[in-house]
Amino acid sequence: MKISEIKEILDAEVIFGQEFLNRETTSAFGSDMMSDVLAFAREKSVLLTGLVNPQAIRTALMLDMPCVVFVRAKKLTDEVVALAKESGIAVLSTKFRMFETCGKLYAKGLKGSGEVND
Amino acid sequence: MTETVKFHFTVDGENFTMAGQASVAVKKNLRQLGISPEIIRRVSIAMYEGEINMVIHAGGGEADVFVYENMIEIVLTDNGPGIANVELAMQEGFSTAPDQIRSLGFGAGMGLPNMKKHTDFMGIDTKLGKGTKITMRVNF
Ligand SMILES: Nc1ncnc2c1ncn2[C@@H]1O[C@H](COP(=O)(O)OP(=O)(O)O)[C@@H](O)[C@H]1O
Ligand SMILES: [Mg+2]
Repeated sequence: MKISEIKEILDAEVIFGQEFLNRETTSAFGSDMMSDVLAFAREKSVLLTGLVNPQAIRTALMLDMPCVVFVRAKKLTDEVVALAKESGIAVLSTKFRMFETCGKLYAKGLKGSGEVND
Repeated sequence: MTETVKFHFTVDGENFTMAGQASVAVKKNLRQLGISPEIIRRVSIAMYEGEINMVIHAGGGEADVFVYENMIEIVLTDNGPGIANVELAMQEGFSTAPDQIRSLGFGAGMGLPNMKKHTDFMGIDTKLGKGTKITMRVNF
């Protein structure tokens, strides 16, 4: 699923990375616990999280994840946005909460990190 | 074995927001060296968890990364409290991190086992009250 489709489905705002919307993601992983993301997420997964600190972006960068979606319209600091730019990671913000965000994407066919093996 | 490149970082134990910067820098450097993405990914995950551990459990420390012809070695050294029971610390879910750390996204007790999982070798040298030295190697 392209990042642009995720943006549509979640009615999300593109905080950074308009030029990356064509990128493909193969699955998603939703968590506020970065250690779980580091242990179980796959590369090319999109990270869905309510954790708004720089560690969310660094975690995505370490795993080669192309996009982070912040749920529940959290306010992002300039530092988080700057780090995303530096890292080349698209950042979206959606008003939906975690469960709703996951459900909407899953219903449209996006798989969980544990269901793909790329 | 010839050592091609090495990187050194001091990891600040006071500032959680900055934690992980050394791992980010290593990732960029390894990309520039043309190391394969899969190797970089394993090094990144292992080093990032180790770097975070030095910040949240040991008040910071030193990180050294050595790039050899067929292997990358990461050495994380701190003067923190040490690990009382390494076998226990290696178990998934074991954590002594305070709740405040969990609200920052870490402290699930997954770090050490995940570091081991993503490396070909991991050695823990620790003394209570003295500190911890973790050596990890990824072969290619
Ligand atoms: N560098 C370190 N210095 C002291 N204790 C450590 C260090 N690294 C890990 N530990 C101990 O090992 C436990 C398990 O580590 P880890 O698996 O990374 O889980 P977490 O960091 O989420 O607690 C920690 O809770 C801590 O008690
Ligand atoms: Mg840890």
